[in-house]
Amino acid sequence: MSVSICPSRPARGCNVQHRDAQGLDAADRAIVLATQAGLPLVPDPWGAVGREVGMSGEAVLERMQAMQERGVIRRVAAVPNHYRLGYVANGMTVWDVDDAQIDRLGREVAAIEGVSHCYRRPRHLPLWPYNLFAMLHGRSFDEVERQAAVLRERLGEACRDHRILYSSRILKKTGLRLAVRPEDPPRR
Amino acid sequence: MYCQVQDLDALDRRLIDCYQRGLPVCTRPFATVAERLGCPEAEVISRLERLQSLGVVSRVGPVFDHARAGASLLAAVAVAVAERDACAELINAAPGVNHNYAREEHAREEHAREDLAREHGYNLWFVMTAPDEPELEARLEALEVRLGVPILRLPMLEGFHINLSFPIPWAELERT
Repeated sequence: MSVSICPSRPARGCNVQHRDAQGLDAADRAIVLATQAGLPLVPDPWGAVGREVGMSGEAVLERMQAMQERGVIRRVAAVPNHYRLGYVANGMTVWDVDDAQIDRLGREVAAIEGVSHCYRRPRHLPLWPYNLFAMLHGRSFDEVERQAAVLRERLGEACRDHRILYSSRILKKTGLRLAVRPEDPPRR
Repeated sequence: MYCQVQDLDALDRRLIDCYQRGLPVCTRPFATVAERLGCPEAEVISRLERLQSLGVVSRVGPVFDHARAGASLLAAVAVAVAERDACAELINAAPGVNHNYAREEHAREEHAREDLAREHGYNLWFVMTAPDEPELEARLEALEVRLGVPILRLPMLEGFHINLSFPIPWAELERT
């Protein structure tokens, strides 16, 4: 299957019937595959991507903007590597929190300094009673322990138990990647 | 290994501070950045290249929304330490895995557990993704067969808040 080239108004209108579960059509997918490891650092990155996927730079830019509008792309950014900046202690803290209070407490915990992500996830009893996850980042384990103590205090009696799981090794970290499918055209 | 913060000058720091939240998605993005920072476009590009080669910036590009990009969940397995590397390789090779961390608890007195029956032992944590839910489950089941252990499935039920950026305390980093 070749990439359909829709130079004008690409993301709205054409190829809608071929959008996949992510709401991406073949041309969107080609752009995602060509950019997810990083944009070419040149004055006209969209033109460079366009040459790679067989589209005009304008079409690439329009589709990037449309994907951002739809929320598929959260942002286009210079993504810092905090580990390289010295944030070597990464603690996944997990908490067993009263279900009746978790919505309020989850929002409060998420706002505490040092927390980058905060999610409610299902318990799997008996081994896994933890329903609230908060990622903490520090320059030392002590710093993460101090941050966790702040969370512990905020959760108070609504929290029955908690643990801190430190990452001891990063075995793979690629960011969210779209996998190449057999029908995707080869990269040029 | 991490970089010396002292090697990053004020302009490098401004580039990271301003653009970790997002670059303008416009015709000449680096020219727009240059105009805002008051330097030539070529300098923005060469500095981003340098920050990338130092590893301080892992990439300049799109950040996708996990929740909107198909199906994904946090997964964990408990494996024997001796088998950890072999299992990690199997996990990394599985389609759809984009993060994989070895994690462990630091033994401290107040965390010392006597009720060992309650020890979870989950020591490999990864994110599994797929185009849709049925494919996600199929990938997890296929990986379970290869690993020979059950996978703990922890889908996100609610995201309370995801900090888009993380203010970097440059001066403090310099002192440490």
